[in-house]
Amino acid sequence: MTISPPLDAAAPSPESHEAAHANYSLTGFIIFLCSESVIFLAFFSGYAVLKLSALQWLPPGVEGLEWRTPLLYTVVLVSSSGTVALAEHFLSKGQIWGFRAFWLLSMAMGAVFLYGQAIEWRSLDFGITSGSFGSCFYLLTGFHGLHVLSGILLMALMLQRSFRPANYAAGEQGVIATSLFWHFVDVIWVLLFLLLYAWS
Amino acid sequence: MTSTAGVESRILRAPHPVPGAPDNWKRFFSFNTDAKVIGIQYIATALFFLLVGGLLAMIMRGELITPEADLVDRTVYNGLYTMHGTIMLFLFIFPVLNGLNNLLIPCMIGAPDMAFPKLNAAAFWLVPVFGVILMASFLVPGGPASSGWWSYPPVSLQNPLGHLINGEALWILAVALSGISSIMGAVNFVTTILRMRAPGMTLTRMPIFCWTAFSAQTIQLIGLPALTGGAVMLLFDLVVGTSFYRPEGGGDPVLYQHFFWFYSHPAVYVIILPVFGVFSELFPVYARKPLFGYPFVAGASLVIVGLSLIVWVHHMFPSGVPQWMRDAFMVTTMLIAVPTGIKVFAWLATLWGGKLRLNTAMLFALGGLFNFVFAGVTGIMLATVPVDIHVNNTYFVVGHFHYVIYGAATMGVYAAIYHWFPKFTGHMYYEGLGKLHFLLTFIGTSLNFFPMHPLGLMGMPRRVSSYDPEFAFWNVIASLGAFLLGVSIIPFLLNLVSSWVRGAKAPANPWNAIGLEWLLPSPPPAENFEEHVPTVISGPYGYGTGRPLVEHQDEIERALLQA
Repeated sequence: MTISPPLDAAAPSPESHEAAHANYSLTGFIIFLCSESVIFLAFFSGYAVLKLSALQWLPPGVEGLEWRTPLLYTVVLVSSSGTVALAEHFLSKGQIWGFRAFWLLSMAMGAVFLYGQAIEWRSLDFGITSGSFGSCFYLLTGFHGLHVLSGILLMALMLQRSFRPANYAAGEQGVIATSLFWHFVDVIWVLLFLLLYAWS
Repeated sequence: MTSTAGVESRILRAPHPVPGAPDNWKRFFSFNTDAKVIGIQYIATALFFLLVGGLLAMIMRGELITPEADLVDRTVYNGLYTMHGTIMLFLFIFPVLNGLNNLLIPCMIGAPDMAFPKLNAAAFWLVPVFGVILMASFLVPGGPASSGWWSYPPVSLQNPLGHLINGEALWILAVALSGISSIMGAVNFVTTILRMRAPGMTLTRMPIFCWTAFSAQTIQLIGLPALTGGAVMLLFDLVVGTSFYRPEGGGDPVLYQHFFWFYSHPAVYVIILPVFGVFSELFPVYARKPLFGYPFVAGASLVIVGLSLIVWVHHMFPSGVPQWMRDAFMVTTMLIAVPTGIKVFAWLATLWGGKLRLNTAMLFALGGLFNFVFAGVTGIMLATVPVDIHVNNTYFVVGHFHYVIYGAATMGVYAAIYHWFPKFTGHMYYEGLGKLHFLLTFIGTSLNFFPMHPLGLMGMPRRVSSYDPEFAFWNVIASLGAFLLGVSIIPFLLNLVSSWVRGAKAPANPWNAIGLEWLLPSPPPAENFEEHVPTVISGPYGYGTGRPLVEHQDEIERALLQA
């Protein structure tokens, strides 16, 4: 900086500014998550209305959804919430490698879930145009899958940031925001599993 | 690199105008993160689209001046009303209000800027992007979307030419982008209000405009995602061939109406609440009295938020909804009259016995209030199921809606623009031109929109380009009113441009108003108070009480006078 001191003195230091803004980021992110949940609420209620009022819900030749394998992947996804919490725990104790390990594990579990989803989509004998049932199934699982993917990308970003020197000295809002997002995605999946697979 | 960036930021922080600083017209065409620049960008963009939407409206009124469909083709007419409604809502009124939010909220609460300046700029720049997308739909084969601004399926799912890129798809894309932009804005406004208030400014000392903006943006956050969800399904039905709303695949067209109105009814509160805020700011200034019943006016905004989310089915009384739904939503809709009534009486009590100063801003506020009361009465009529079944899809609804949107909301926006014009441009506007604008607007509004009520009661349906000759009398008057409204824009724009270029220099507080924004120079420097934010020691609107608003108020005012 080559600014003369008197002019610079009036300016708030960039560091304090950034810290303050990061604080707002978490507030803003929580507000955004609340708003985002309404989209899922809209999809859920649309699904419920269509299903309850349908004369013939399942497309011809489709018996119903196989729920055992998806349940297995559900367990993987839901337990990744636990590993994320563990990662945060390590971060709060300052053990950065513990954080990185469990953070990476959570990302892997998310990826396994997405893999399971892809396998299931390929094995199904109905498509997105197979009546309201097919439309709802692919929209709901696809939209949620996009969120899982975004979560994994966000976590990768945070992991990469953790290698920047002294990044976690004053606590990292991004990690808190990402883990909140991940818990959110998990809770949505549990509701989705109940609606799509358990309610038949 | 660091040195240039440092100098840039230093100049941006210094009071305007600085020689050699990027304080010129070019900054309004750049990705600027200053809320005050973004505010003016929003307002200028919105006024441009007001002209576009207004032009479409005048073509329609030109068509309707005679009973026969003789000016434009019927299919063109369908596109005209669809695009008129869409442009006016998504490209005029929402952006112009976001412009006011950007200008006013940080200054009123003593924040240097919005919480997320880059997000703010990105939210603005989406507006011209989806504006261009929407305009481009005039050029695609088959023309623009023509199913009304509601885009109800199955009409909106017709794609007779079979093109992938058609007017309806572009319409949905534009509305979705508008929704993303609004959500980005809403996250920003709510965070700013919650986290960045001046020391001592508790929620109960916050100006009413901030209360109403907060309430309106909360509605955006709750309602818009539902519309976005519904629009995504519509897009899938249209483009991919899914069956969310297609009856032949087991879909339910009425489901779309629920999604659409779950947001689009509260959307009118997103529009009118900030205008309520403008009324609450202006009446105390120009009546020289404190706002009557501050806690009730503030609280009523939150009550309106709650109620607005449970009234949407009143748009669907004839859509085959069960009787219990009709009854329940009739009651909730009528309940809205209670918090709005509280506000109207509070404003009347504020004006009562005050020393009224009738400048342009005050005239627009009074005119807007008058029109709002009229629209409120017809609103209660429409909430009544038997009346609604009778006048549904007639000009009565169109008249009611335009009284709210133009008569009340847009006139309130004009009031706000005149009131804060000196603050944010540093120049006084011309009173004579302003009063001419008011006169033409008020007469034009009454001539244009009042006749729609008798027309609707007589049974003239909306969205038709030809009609029975018995409706001709009122239609001619309405058309003349519409052209008068078109003329009324001329003194307005002339005033804005000429007074900004060569109007008298504005002092910091030309109206002797109380509020943090009036303790800043005109125009306020970038970052407003920076870190020298005054400590607020009393509630707003202390007119005639002699209480200072902030600590060291005398010194601040003296410094402003000397500057």
